[in-house]
Amino acid sequence: MNARFAALTVALAALATLPFWMIGVYYLNVSSQILFYAIFALGLNVLVGYAGLVSLGHAGLFGIVAYALGFLLSDGWGHPAAIAMAMAIGLAGTAVFAALSLRATGIGFIMITLAIGEILWGLAYRWISFTGGDNGISLHSRPAPFGYSMASPYTFYYTTLIMFLLTVVAMAIFVRSPFGAALRGTRDQPRRMTALGYHVWAIRFWACMFSGLLTCVAGILFVYYTQFISPQTVALTSSAEVLLMVISGGPATLLGPIVGAGLVVLVKTVVSGFIERWNFLLGAIFVAIVILMPEGLVPGTLRLWRLFWRKQRGARTEAQP
Amino acid sequence: MTFWLVLTVNSITFGGLLFLLSAGFSLIFGLMRIPNLTHGSLFMLGAYVGATFAGGLIGLQLNFWLAAVVATLTVAAFGAATERLLLRRLPGNQLAQVLVTLGISFMIADFCLMLWGGDPVNVLTPEGFAGFVRAGPAAFPTYRLAIIVIAVIFAAGLWFLLDRTRLGAMIRAGVDDPDMARVVGIRVSKLFTIVFALGAGLAAFAGIVGAPMLSVYPGLDQDMLPLALVVVILGGTGSLLGSFVGSILIGFIYNFGQALLPELAYFVLFLPMLLVLILRPQGLFGRIIA
Repeated sequence: MNARFAALTVALAALATLPFWMIGVYYLNVSSQILFYAIFALGLNVLVGYAGLVSLGHAGLFGIVAYALGFLLSDGWGHPAAIAMAMAIGLAGTAVFAALSLRATGIGFIMITLAIGEILWGLAYRWISFTGGDNGISLHSRPAPFGYSMASPYTFYYTTLIMFLLTVVAMAIFVRSPFGAALRGTRDQPRRMTALGYHVWAIRFWACMFSGLLTCVAGILFVYYTQFISPQTVALTSSAEVLLMVISGGPATLLGPIVGAGLVVLVKTVVSGFIERWNFLLGAIFVAIVILMPEGLVPGTLRLWRLFWRKQRGARTEAQP
Repeated sequence: MTFWLVLTVNSITFGGLLFLLSAGFSLIFGLMRIPNLTHGSLFMLGAYVGATFAGGLIGLQLNFWLAAVVATLTVAAFGAATERLLLRRLPGNQLAQVLVTLGISFMIADFCLMLWGGDPVNVLTPEGFAGFVRAGPAAFPTYRLAIIVIAVIFAAGLWFLLDRTRLGAMIRAGVDDPDMARVVGIRVSKLFTIVFALGAGLAAFAGIVGAPMLSVYPGLDQDMLPLALVVVILGGTGSLLGSFVGSILIGFIYNFGQALLPELAYFVLFLPMLLVLILRPQGLFGRIIA
């Protein structure tokens, strides 16, 4: 068996048995957070990594789903209907978001997504009769599909894990699919892709929708996890946190955003236990990563690792003759 | 009638402040192709620094206008340092530059919160501008009218700088075609520093001039940055006229929105942006940048 398969098996086994060896419920909950943030980061990575479109407004999409679900549930809807409706609203929001921001690419795309995200934040903060303003919306229950109540951290962890694994499989298929190849083509050579007869805009649009779908899934898990939504969820800081997960781990890799999500969530939960200055640290990490390891931790480490082995092998072949 | 008149004056005043803020943003974007995400933070930083000097610091209390000059110069120096020490290291990598400015904006926000605390800082209206000007049935605060005059003077000054001086000609050449400008012997990298310092200083100046009206509070940066963005998306990047028209337009929309639909004031900003993006993606006065 090759090393990759072995590593995958070990990782899967570790994730599946995590509640049995993880010390304390607190860390189990942190693990659930890492998993749904990883779904969010993988979703953003579709745009940032594979489409070359950096979105600074993804927390806005996350927020649309979260607020829609919160509002529907407090309006008395059942969980399945509310989830379906919230997903539909989230995807409709994504379509509008994509149609507007895809008027530009590159820096223009960043600016438009940022402006849309900030306007959604303003809406969450000021439209008090709908969103509760700074007080947010509180939820009172988690769903219980097929009689398994998700109120316990264990069932919630396994639900999140299943969604996470589905996302990873979907991403793996997406990357290898003709659609994934076409998307990378529009990132690297949009003009040639047009010349080859591809509809570049449509490819980017569907990439946005796929990204939005994963964002919606993460948003729903987030709402059920915290059972509370406030404008902070939609703020630029949140968009930046997810973007940091992607670029710190390594854009356009499958593993990168997952590692990034783990890193950011851990640093955030651990650091906020000691000091209040999380935003300062977030900004500093941003600057440091961009300047010191612009390709991200996963590709950066791999590169160093390969370099190390090549040197080792080189030393051995030199010694042999 | 009076209500509408007062609202109109308030809109123009706010538009003037926005112009001071977004002119620098637009210039930096036009020349360096970086949406400077620290711009809202520089506005806030200028307001805090100015407020501190105007309110008195260890027995040293400056006149409001002197404090404004000190704040402007401090923040301009900070902007120049940011450009020299950080952005300069990432030539041609716009994405990295955007992310660095984003990181710095978080650091400034947290730094201000640490130093000045969470309570709003009020700045007294400068002496001689505290009264009202009566015009028929309506009374306008003198200071608001003064802001309009200041904005107009700065608009004229910037226009003169860009359109009638050698430095302005070099900046325009850099905006239009940086490579060609280099070929004819303009040191574009030096222009980057100058324009960045100029933009930062303008933002800080807008912050302190606006402080008696808006007061200074944590989150001011997050309130102002999207407005600057929307102005520039609306007016077009790298165009002074675009910033001016966009600012006045957004000043009106924002103030009327707040008076008539307070809960949706932020959302109403969305509509002109939507229309411009659909009908004229390069902005009202912008040119298409490749």
